Amino acid sequence: MPVATTSATPSLSVHQRALRSNVVKKAIMAVTGLVLITFLLFHMFGNLKMFVDAEAYNHYASWLHDDILYPILPHGWFIWIFRVVLLACLVGHVYCAASLWRAARHARSSKYVHAAHRPEQTYAARTMRVGGVILLLLVIFHLLMFTTRSVQIGFDSASTPYEMMIGAFSLENWWVVLIYAIFVGVVCMHVRHGFWSAFTTLGANVGPNARIALNCLAYFVAVLLFVGFMLPPVAIMFGMVN
Amino acid sequence: MKITLRIWRQANKDAQGKMQTYQLDNVSEEMSFLEMLDLLNEQLTDQDVEPVAFDHDCREGICGMCGVVINGAPHGRYNSPVATTTCQLHMRNFKDGDVIDIEPWRAGAFPVIKDLAVDRSAFDRIIQAGGYISVNTGSAPDAHSTPAPKREADKAFDAATCIGCGACVAACPNSSGMLFTSAKIAHLANLPQGQPERRLRVKAMVAAHDENGFGGCTNVGECAAVCPKSIPLESIGQLNRDLIASLFRGDGRTIS
Ligand code: HEM
Ligand code: SF4
Ligand code: FES
Repeated sequence: MPVATTSATPSLSVHQRALRSNVVKKAIMAVTGLVLITFLLFHMFGNLKMFVDAEAYNHYASWLHDDILYPILPHGWFIWIFRVVLLACLVGHVYCAASLWRAARHARSSKYVHAAHRPEQTYAARTMRVGGVILLLLVIFHLLMFTTRSVQIGFDSASTPYEMMIGAFSLENWWVVLIYAIFVGVVCMHVRHGFWSAFTTLGANVGPNARIALNCLAYFVAVLLFVGFMLPPVAIMFGMVN
Repeated sequence: MKITLRIWRQANKDAQGKMQTYQLDNVSEEMSFLEMLDLLNEQLTDQDVEPVAFDHDCREGICGMCGVVINGAPHGRYNSPVATTTCQLHMRNFKDGDVIDIEPWRAGAFPVIKDLAVDRSAFDRIIQAGGYISVNTGSAPDAHSTPAPKREADKAFDAATCIGCGACVAACPNSSGMLFTSAKIAHLANLPQGQPERRLRVKAMVAAHDENGFGGCTNVGECAAVCPKSIPLESIGQLNRDLIASLFRGDGRTIS
């Protein structure tokens, strides 16, 4: 039977060593990443409610905060469960990313003098790690602005969710729209490679056709997220909503 | 034709290496890349310069010994649709006056032994961890006693053509050896003889892969694009499926 001949830690069983492998870390990144993408899709769709009218949007926002799963759960519980799950996904995702990054730096310890010819690597794939760090910073900024309201640009603590959105993305705050365009752009690049990568990590790449299909889907989801998230801010900036 | 070579020279494992420039005349386009290096070494020997060390054996693309990075591309395939080993690359792919950079495989798991020769024994240790089937010898069973479905047998055969050259690791931005490891997983997982040890094998080989200093796969695909045997990227998908499924089973839980 196969035995471990090179075990770095002989006190562990083969099963335990496999559990600590890069493939398992990748699988954790894949599952958490897909949960985050699913969340983003719902978040994007929910934002579009603002095109209905102020009341619909505010109602949706208060439903998110207070009413989901009521009466099974008391008012306001769901949002906290939801936040804990998302935070756990983000922490798990970033922890595994850091660990794999360290392993890869160790493995690719010397660089080629003649720049490596990499015909397959897309820009999105090459920037997953740096892009991820930028993404993390922008997520924190986003939460400080719209969740905790610690950064108030174009609104104050008394604003309704709708007023908050209209104020933040008004024409005089064009640079906020620009920051969000960059933010959403970075997210979409990450999703462009991440979506395909996650399914492949979980074993869905069964052949050349699956590779094409998964990559097409990845482009579709990335573009959908970009358009869906940018519609409200751009429409507000150009005064098409008030 | 005349070419300029810039070659990585490194005296031994611990020495600091650097690129050295050599001029080479009378290179014929009929020559293989290794024959061109032979010509250089004859010239260097005449000049009392230490010849360039590089690995090679069969020179017909089947042993996996040769392999250098040529102008940033492992085995020098570049964008050619034809998969090749270094020994099967010919000088007609270059033109008079070209400057050709030649470097060894670079990866923490493949230390340079000398110049262009690297130590690929980390691959052997991955195979030792599980890349085989256990059989008791005795009288050979009848050929048709274990039916092997044609479709799976073909996949197994394609995966079995991996020659262990290491180009996949050299090309990978993470120096991951997943394509090599998955070729063996896909080979044995698609044959009836590979089934009894299938789950333990994937656990042991994946663990050995990481412990030998290879990085994790980020599904970029550079490996399959340079592989001289066209091992497909979906082999890694098979490895991932097998590993994840095996983790829900008890194989390998006891410390042996
Ligand atoms: C909204 C937030 C995020 C989403 C939706 C997301 C999604 C994904 C997905 C689906 C993958 C593919 C996983 C796999 O290949 O197994 C991935 C990979 C990755 N993510 Fe994220 N991620 C997010 C945030 C982050 C953050 C904050 C970081 C880093 C600080 C990060 C760093 C990475 C890295 C390094 C990879 C691996 C790259 C690769 O496999 O090529 N991600 N992400
Ligand atoms: S998978 Fe291809 S590139 Fe990698 S060792 Fe085998 S033959 Fe060489
Ligand atoms: S020398 Fe044997 S494959 Fe090139």
